[in-house]
Amino acid sequence: MTKSKWLWGLPLWILAIAFLAPFAWMISTALKPDGAAYKIPMQWIPNPFQWDNFSTVLSGATSVLPAFGRSVFVAALRVAGELITATMAGYAFARMSFKGRDKLFLLYLATAIIPAQLLLVPRFIYFQKLGLYDTLWALILPGMFTVLGTFLMRQFFISQPAEFAEAARMDGANEWRVFTRIYLPLATPVMSALGILAFVWSWNDYETPLVLISNPDKYTLPLSLTNFVDEQGQIAPGLTMAASVISIVPVLLVFIVLQRRFIAAMTHTGIK
Amino acid sequence: MATATVAAEPAVRIEKQPEKQSGIRPSGWVGFLFIAPNLLGVVAFTLIPLISVIVLAFTDWNLVSGLGGITFTGIDNFVAIARDPGFWHAVALTLVYVAVSVPLTVVLGLGLGIALNRPLPGRAVLRAIFFLPYIVNVVAIGMTWLMLMNPKAGLVNQVLDVFGIQPAWFASSHWALPALIVMAIWGGVGYCSLIYLSALQDAPRQLYEAADIDGASAWAKFRVITWPSLLPTTIFLMVTLIIGASQGFGLIALITAGGPGDATTTISYYMYQTGFQFYRFGYASAIGLVTFVGVLVLTLLTWRAQRGRALND
Repeated sequence: MTKSKWLWGLPLWILAIAFLAPFAWMISTALKPDGAAYKIPMQWIPNPFQWDNFSTVLSGATSVLPAFGRSVFVAALRVAGELITATMAGYAFARMSFKGRDKLFLLYLATAIIPAQLLLVPRFIYFQKLGLYDTLWALILPGMFTVLGTFLMRQFFISQPAEFAEAARMDGANEWRVFTRIYLPLATPVMSALGILAFVWSWNDYETPLVLISNPDKYTLPLSLTNFVDEQGQIAPGLTMAASVISIVPVLLVFIVLQRRFIAAMTHTGIK
Repeated sequence: MATATVAAEPAVRIEKQPEKQSGIRPSGWVGFLFIAPNLLGVVAFTLIPLISVIVLAFTDWNLVSGLGGITFTGIDNFVAIARDPGFWHAVALTLVYVAVSVPLTVVLGLGLGIALNRPLPGRAVLRAIFFLPYIVNVVAIGMTWLMLMNPKAGLVNQVLDVFGIQPAWFASSHWALPALIVMAIWGGVGYCSLIYLSALQDAPRQLYEAADIDGASAWAKFRVITWPSLLPTTIFLMVTLIIGASQGFGLIALITAGGPGDATTTISYYMYQTGFQFYRFGYASAIGLVTFVGVLVLTLLTWRAQRGRALND
């Protein structure tokens, strides 16, 4: 048994190590002087270790920490906003009845298939008119009110029995109480899945800030990684890789701590 | 990356339930209040931009001329698109990119998913490793691969030296697109394998037992049981990857800026360039709309082709 386990396991582990090579290269290069980055043959273990790359990208004029802070700020507001508005709307679409509900939901369905890239041109113009262009709000606001989050929550609430609500209403509970006391506690797993997704979308987003942010003082983390490329397109390997490692750590931490839920969120919704 | 699709499961549809049986009580305007915060935001930040992009597609407008300089030109933009060699070049490139990267990613993901479905030493860690590229931001990944694929001293060419080939990757108009395809496969295979893995765990176990009794070969079992039962997953993955591969421009903007020359100017990058480098908003909107409809047709065709095959089996 164990022998056949390794018969498949060994090739897969070799493949996995090859898969990890770019990450290993990233870490190794982050700890090397720039001259050693392209050494032939490749030197995996830096000699000597150069921790200076990390101190350079974490302090002084070249620090990515302000950008890190902005990314945290944007992600926090997007996650909170999306969780609140999507949960309420998803619940109402699934468990409440009001005039025009199904027509409204059809409208939601229709806009869900619109790729974000298509909306970049009008958002670019529109945010300039509103004075939101080149502010973090241009990244935050659209992320707080999403159709996909509403879907995800609606699909969950529609699978919950309606009898709970009936019983509570008979006891005189109002709609808000029915929602917050009965259905909301049931929804914590889906909400954490949506929260993870919203965090990863926000944290990794590069295309939106590329278009809507121009001032380097407003860069979020992915944009700030391009600060270590000079006018001629020459990349400073050590600094770029050190900053890249820092940009990955938060997502990686969430992934490691919540691995099961993380994978379920990503695979069950098909949303990246 | 803001590429999104609604999953095949759970199916999104509007269940028309008799109000009494479902226990839903008409709650008048209260229900509307629950939806209002989300709805207002969706109208402001999605619906109005969506209507704007459709209107803009029928105008000639650039940044320099200001709001007053907007002129309606009817279908001129679409006529221009039909005659624009740059557009058709971008379409052809995108089709090649999609036609090579999507099936390869799905097939390799299927193989990996089946392999990961066996008892393995350190299975959970293996799964996490293959999934890792999928959760990392595109800039960190792009910068790393750009250096890994350095034509002179990159790690990739150091390895390929053994076989005597030294592609110039992003410096060559022949190798830049293949380089992007390699990255797309590396980034997507782990995701596909995990989706397949969760589908495999729902595979009909009795059928495999029956097939074992009949002495069916591993290949026969795969062809007759596994593949058909995975078909909805395969369609879902194809659709998701087609949309992702045809809409994303971040990596190209970062690494190649569409080059060398126009060797990696895919349709989404062409739109980005038209809109945000040349500031031709009307024309960029028209390109965006045409692309969106094209991708929609492409995904529907994929859907139907696969469904047709499923019904014939």
